[in-house]
Amino acid sequence: MGLAKWIDEQLNPQSIDDSALDKRLERYSTLGMSSPQLLNDFPPPAQAVKKEGVTKDEYKQQMQQQRQESVATMLPTGDENFDRANVELARMVGPNRIVAELAMAKMDRAIYSNRQLEAVMEDFWFNHFNVFANKGADRWLVTSYVRDTIRPHTMGKFSDLLLATAKSPAMLFYLDNWLSADPAAVKRMQAMRAMRRDRYYARFGVMPPGVGMQGANGRPKQRQDRGLNENYGREVMELHTVGVDAGYTQRDVIAMAECLTGWTIRGPRKDAEFFFNDRIHAEGKEVVMGRTFHYGGMKDGEKALEMLASDPHTARHISTELARHFVSDNPPPALVDRMAQEFESSGGDIRAVLHTMIYSPEFWSKDAYRAKVKTPFELVASTARALNADVEVTLPLVQWVGRMGEPLFQCQPPTGYSDESEIWVNSGALLNRLNFAFAFGTDHMWGAEVNLKSMFGADGATDPNVALSQALGLFLGGQVTPGTKQTLEARLSDPRILQARLDDPVKHVNEGLIAGLVLGAPEFQRR
Amino acid sequence: MNISRRYFIKSSGIAMLGMAALPSFLQRAVAETTGAGKKKMVVLFQRGAMDGLNVVVPFAERNYYAFRPTIAIPQPRSGSIDAALDLDGFFGLHPSLAPLVPLFRNGQLAVVHAVGSPDPTRSHFDAQDFMESGTPGVKATEDGWLNRALQTSPEEKASPFRAVAFGPYLPLTLQGSAPAIAIPDLKQFRMYGPPQVTEGGFEAMYAQTVDEAMRGVSHETFEAVDQLKQINPDAYQPENGAQYPQGRFGRSLMEIAELFKANLGLEVAFLDSGGWDNHVNEGGVQGQLANLLRDLGQGIAAFHQDMGDRMGDIVFVSMSEFGRTAHENGNRGTDHGHANCMFVAGGGIRGGKVYTRWPGMSEDQLHQNRDLAVTTDYRSVLGEIISRHLGDSNLNGVFPGFANDPRQFLGLVKS
Repeated sequence: MGLAKWIDEQLNPQSIDDSALDKRLERYSTLGMSSPQLLNDFPPPAQAVKKEGVTKDEYKQQMQQQRQESVATMLPTGDENFDRANVELARMVGPNRIVAELAMAKMDRAIYSNRQLEAVMEDFWFNHFNVFANKGADRWLVTSYVRDTIRPHTMGKFSDLLLATAKSPAMLFYLDNWLSADPAAVKRMQAMRAMRRDRYYARFGVMPPGVGMQGANGRPKQRQDRGLNENYGREVMELHTVGVDAGYTQRDVIAMAECLTGWTIRGPRKDAEFFFNDRIHAEGKEVVMGRTFHYGGMKDGEKALEMLASDPHTARHISTELARHFVSDNPPPALVDRMAQEFESSGGDIRAVLHTMIYSPEFWSKDAYRAKVKTPFELVASTARALNADVEVTLPLVQWVGRMGEPLFQCQPPTGYSDESEIWVNSGALLNRLNFAFAFGTDHMWGAEVNLKSMFGADGATDPNVALSQALGLFLGGQVTPGTKQTLEARLSDPRILQARLDDPVKHVNEGLIAGLVLGAPEFQRR
Repeated sequence: MNISRRYFIKSSGIAMLGMAALPSFLQRAVAETTGAGKKKMVVLFQRGAMDGLNVVVPFAERNYYAFRPTIAIPQPRSGSIDAALDLDGFFGLHPSLAPLVPLFRNGQLAVVHAVGSPDPTRSHFDAQDFMESGTPGVKATEDGWLNRALQTSPEEKASPFRAVAFGPYLPLTLQGSAPAIAIPDLKQFRMYGPPQVTEGGFEAMYAQTVDEAMRGVSHETFEAVDQLKQINPDAYQPENGAQYPQGRFGRSLMEIAELFKANLGLEVAFLDSGGWDNHVNEGGVQGQLANLLRDLGQGIAAFHQDMGDRMGDIVFVSMSEFGRTAHENGNRGTDHGHANCMFVAGGGIRGGKVYTRWPGMSEDQLHQNRDLAVTTDYRSVLGEIISRHLGDSNLNGVFPGFANDPRQFLGLVKS
């Protein structure tokens, strides 16, 4: 297929058959579950303890038992690698399994999906609208976030994606907007409650039930009083849309937060669904970045978000991020300008912006070639693909990504993982990358199988030079500097590369070592 | 880099002796070149904006209690562990920091309060960048103040461990032209596979690569890996009964202690801790902040105990990108503020005192009517440590654009 046709297909992922991947993903039972279902089947420890009427220690023991049983039911396959990985997987019982399956599915998708551009965009947008899966209820909300909020909107209109994230329980919880309430509205509610208490007392001579009760800690039970929370109001402007240099002030942040009061979650650990609570919504008029919003109800927030989405600063911010992700750490200004232009004229159509980017000369220029260092996630996935690895259990690969500094779905700050290369190029990370290449190349990766013999061919098994040139061709597309090639060739004389075994006088090439070296080469670290 | 080659060749000879304890004459030789007796620094960055007002509590301020009806730390009461621990009659420590009280009384710990950056940004990420680059307000700065401190005091026979960040990445604080490395886990800082093939092969490949960024990093990495073979991180035992808290923070502090003691040339160590951004349910005496402080107090105390007399050469300093609002918000938390407090500890410190030009907490004394005001620039504190403790007087190189004036120093470092 010609390149243009391939690009066209990738820009229209629905046209690509991905049934093989879908079959692989069937093994992850949590992927299709709704948040309430996840909460029910994998209850948080506090809820499980209550539901089953056991103590915390008893619950812990139960989980231990469950874990042991799960491991015991694993049938050994005879392959040490697979067995170890399966055991690791079996040990994941309870709520931990939810995010583990999400991460594994993400890795499966990266390695085996035909809709490659869509997979990349899903990763990009999740990172842009980052949520930390380990924050309280988010552990049970992220599955729906990825499936229902991010994935359907990766290549459509930016404003649709923005609005979807603003209403998602995952984001509302993560950036605390579900607790944000108009202080004036709160005062009114408190006054109402006090008035009702007084009326009850005047009528019956006693306090209404519930007043003056003591909570579990011996202190008087209080309804959790709410107030304005500016966390999401700030980040939606700073990180999600216009960017920190757009010229907004602290007052704009507060006004934005006011517009979004009432956008909350009904039962974050039960129903876990979006719910607009108009009782705590700020009724007055709010001025954000010079525009007034006084529509009432949910429209205040919706209109404000629309404004942010269509602000020229947003077009520039998003275009810069996309160019930085796909092209280089310091994207050429001309490219960013062109993309921002397309963003604005198309009304924030992501597909159109990507099209513009891909068909720009800068995208194909020499300067862009291998300009980006692969992130740990990209490195692991690309290594698996290069080796044509048969990955039965993706968990160990997911763990390597974490070791290299990018634990999936576990980025604590809302900025998401950095897209700039220096962050990933430091000593600890480099060592991990090299060790990873060595482990995978020599077929020591748990849960995966690598067959270099078939890749390198018969000659590769007996002649190290052939094996090396096969590796360079297959893994680096033959694009390697003469210097790197020479240093690799110099290693070939090491006795460990070409070794005789006790029972076989013919020397065999240790293809794994060669593969490991090539996969760890500086050229493979970049894309 | 040629100069450190000499060091590499010299030390690779030592490395071949294996992991057993070094004979004493070699220990002395190593000590000479790696500077036992040389001054050292440990820098902790608390990311997320720690709530300084609830950590070092101005309990004598009436407004502190008026502004924080549910999360304020109660005034010191004798015998009570649910109240502030009195330091000097005006300030008290959050009770979770109890392990730090003996250090304070011994003169080994000082606090600086109402300190911070002059830049008004309330964006975590901009503020962190500004604090780490040492040039508040200037986004173009690409290196960090600590790296510039190393640049302005170059080492002839620099060890690859001269500057180490204990974590998964190299922070802006340590980025720059002076070599620095990041070690996520000391126990894992080695290469798998037959060394001649993997270590030798990779080292050779990266040493010649045209990819400059990779080449620079790999050079330091392989030197460090080689050096580290002299010690056995799996077998490290803290001295003097020191007990580090569980978790990444405690482990990093322990690794810092271990690397200092190994006399491999560690001079500046960096670590960070997160989770300080308590917008909701911050808690007072108990709660989220209290839990974080428990680790902080236990960790710093354990480090002191473990290092023993060696603390005489070390200064520990902590910082956070800004503080939090004087008032609590509607969700029993606090929002982004301005001034904060810093802990400074070590043998060379005039401890036992809270250093501050206290601005007061009446509404009109607050910054923008909402935050504690900054009356001491954090660069004065760091500048004093760098010049008086580390002995590097080129502060204009470290903090360009700042009026580095020794007369503004608080006098917390013994010269």
